[in-house]
Amino acid sequence: MGQIVIENAVKKFGDFVAVDNVSLTVEDQEFSVLLGPSGCGKTTLLRAVAGLGVVDSGRITIDGRDVTYLSPRDRNISMVFQNYAIFPHMKVIDNIAFGLKMRKANKAYIKERVEIVSQLLHIENMLDRYPSQMSGGQRQRVAVARALAVESKVLLMDEPLSNLDALLRLEMRAELKSLLAKLGATTVYVTHDQIEALSMGDRIAVMREGKILQYDHPTKVYDYPSHHFVGGFIGNPPMNFIPAQVQIVGGKLQVTIGDFNFTPDDTAILGALKPYDGKTILMGIRAENMETFNEPVEGGLRVTVDVVEPLGSQNLLTIRFHGETIKVATHPDFPVAPDKDIWLRFPSNKIRWIDRDTSFAITPDMAQVMS
Amino acid sequence: MTVIPQQPTTTAETSGQRHLPPEQRQAIRVRVIRRMGVYALAILISLWIMIPIVLIASMAFSTPSAVRSFPKEIIPDPVSTDTLEFFLNAEGILRSTVNSIIVALTTFVLSTIVATPAGYAISRFVFRGRDAVRLGILSVRAFPIVILAVPLAVTFINLGIYDSVYSLALLHTALVLPTSVLVIASVFASVPYELEEAAQVFGCTPVRAFFSVVMPLTLPGIAAAGVFAFVTSWNEVFAAVLLTLTNRTLPAQILFSLDKSGDPFKFAGGFFMLVPSLIFIFFIRRYLFNMWGQISK
Repeated sequence: MGQIVIENAVKKFGDFVAVDNVSLTVEDQEFSVLLGPSGCGKTTLLRAVAGLGVVDSGRITIDGRDVTYLSPRDRNISMVFQNYAIFPHMKVIDNIAFGLKMRKANKAYIKERVEIVSQLLHIENMLDRYPSQMSGGQRQRVAVARALAVESKVLLMDEPLSNLDALLRLEMRAELKSLLAKLGATTVYVTHDQIEALSMGDRIAVMREGKILQYDHPTKVYDYPSHHFVGGFIGNPPMNFIPAQVQIVGGKLQVTIGDFNFTPDDTAILGALKPYDGKTILMGIRAENMETFNEPVEGGLRVTVDVVEPLGSQNLLTIRFHGETIKVATHPDFPVAPDKDIWLRFPSNKIRWIDRDTSFAITPDMAQVMS
Repeated sequence: MTVIPQQPTTTAETSGQRHLPPEQRQAIRVRVIRRMGVYALAILISLWIMIPIVLIASMAFSTPSAVRSFPKEIIPDPVSTDTLEFFLNAEGILRSTVNSIIVALTTFVLSTIVATPAGYAISRFVFRGRDAVRLGILSVRAFPIVILAVPLAVTFINLGIYDSVYSLALLHTALVLPTSVLVIASVFASVPYELEEAAQVFGCTPVRAFFSVVMPLTLPGIAAAGVFAFVTSWNEVFAAVLLTLTNRTLPAQILFSLDKSGDPFKFAGGFFMLVPSLIFIFFIRRYLFNMWGQISK
C-alpha cells in the first residue's frame, strides 16, 4: 500500500484559487477524510491526487513516487465517483473486471478478484445484470467493487454516499468502514457531511476556501478545533462561541462574560491568554461539555432557558444570553423547563479559546512563540 | 377454497366503482375525455402523415390505367408492378438512383467523420469562443441554399469540379453539418464526463476511454445523425439541380422530367423516393428510443 504526500499544491480556475498552497500527508493504510462546505477545494484536491486535474504548482507523491504530472492510469489508484460512474452498457461483472482487463490481468485472476469483491459487497447474485436493472444502493456497491477489484495502493472516494437515502447511507457507512479497515488501503475520502467524516476517518482534514484549517483525529477536531470555522462546521449542534473579555486584575487573569467572570484553572492557557489583556476573545465550548445546575453554584453563570428540545438521548437547551445563542445538552433526567433559570459551569479543559482577529485557536504553544 | 372467496371480492370491487360519489365520477369522466382528446389528436396527426403515403404507395402498385382513372382505390386492384417498372425503366432513372446513393453515402460518411469530433469538442471542452462557434454553426443554416448554390456553381465550374456527384456530396455535407454537429454534441453531452474519467482512472488512455465507454453509448445517436444526413442528401433537390447536369441525382432527375411525364411516373417516383427514408427511420427508430433510455438511467 502507499503513503500519499501532497506538498504546496495550488490549483486555480481563472482568478479563483480552488486549492491554496495545501500540504497534506496521508500515511500508509490511513483513512483520511477531506471535509468542507461545497466550493472549499476538497474535490479539486482529490482530483489532483487522481490525476483528473493537474495542479498548477506543487508536488504529489504516492508511495514515494512523484505522480504530479502522471496520467490517472499510471498512478496505481482507484476511485469511487460521486455519481457512481459505472458503465451503463456493461454488465456488473464487466464493470467490476474493467480495471483488471485494462491492465491485461490474466483471466483466472480476473475471475477470482471479481468473485472476491462481489462477495465482499454482497452483489455476487447480480453479476449478469445491467446497471439500469439495479437500485441506487446496488449501483453504489458495484462502483465500490470495481474500485476494490484492482487492488491499487490508493483508494479515492468522492462523496460516494451522497446519492443514497439516509437509511442506506447509514448502513453503507458502517459497512464501508469495516471493509476498508479490513483491506487496509490508503484512502482519501471527500465529503461535506461532518457526521460521515467523524464516524469514518482516521484523520479529518477540514478545508475552507482552498486551505486546510485542521488535520487531525476526529476526536481532536471535534473537541479541540484549531479554528473558529472548524468548531462551527463540525458537530451538531455546532460549538458555542461566546465573546469574553480578558482582564488582568491585580496580577490575576480573569475572563469576563457580561457581568460574570471566572479564572480558568488551566495554567498553560493562562500564559497564552496574557497578551490578550483588555481584548475580547471567543470562548468555544461544546453543548455537552458544560456542567448544568439547578441552583446557584460557585463559578456558575446564571442563564434563562429559552427552548427545550427533548432528543431522546439528551435534552437540547437553547439559551439566549446577552444577544448570543448558546446550545446546551443535558441529560434527559435534568429537570428543566422554558423560562427557568439554570447555572452553567465551564470546565477549563473543555474550553477552546479563539483569537477574534485571526479566528485561530489560542494555544499554549503559540504563546511561547509570541513571548 | 380459492374460487369462492374470489367471487365476492370481484363483485365488491365492481359494485364499489358503481357507487362512487358523483364528484369522483365526474373527475373520472374528465380524465376519460382528456384521454380521448389526446388520442384524437394523435390519430389526426397520424392520418395527416399517413394518407399521402398510403395514396402514393397504392398508386405505385396499381396499373398505369388505374392511376389515371377516378375515383381511386385505396387498395390497388389488381396489384401490379407495371407502374413501378415503367418508372424504373424510364431513361436516366437507374443511373440517377446510383448517383443518389453515392452522394448520400458520401454525405453520410463525410458528415459523420467531421461532426463526431466537432460535436465532442463542443460538448466536452470549454474553450474561448465556444458559444461563437455554436452560433456560427447555426448561422450556416440561415443562408438559404438558393443564395449559396449559384455562387457555388460558379466556384465549382472555376475549380473544374462542376457536375460531379462528389462535389454535390461536399455541398450536402456542408448543409447537414450544422444539424449533425449539434445533434451529436447533445448526444455526447448526455454521457456524463465522469464515465470517461472513471475509464481513465481504471487504466484507459483518453482515446481508449472514448472508444470503450463513450462510443458504445453514443453510437445509436451518431448513427441517427448519420442517417439524418443520408436522408437529407437523398431528398435534397435544389442544389442537385443547380450543381449537376449529366450526373443528376434521383430527385433532380425526377424534377427534370416531371413536366414531361404522366401521373403513373409521378406516383412511382414519389414512392421510390419515399421508401429509403421510411426504411432507414424504421431501423434507427429502435436505437433512437433505446439511446435515451440507456443513458438517462
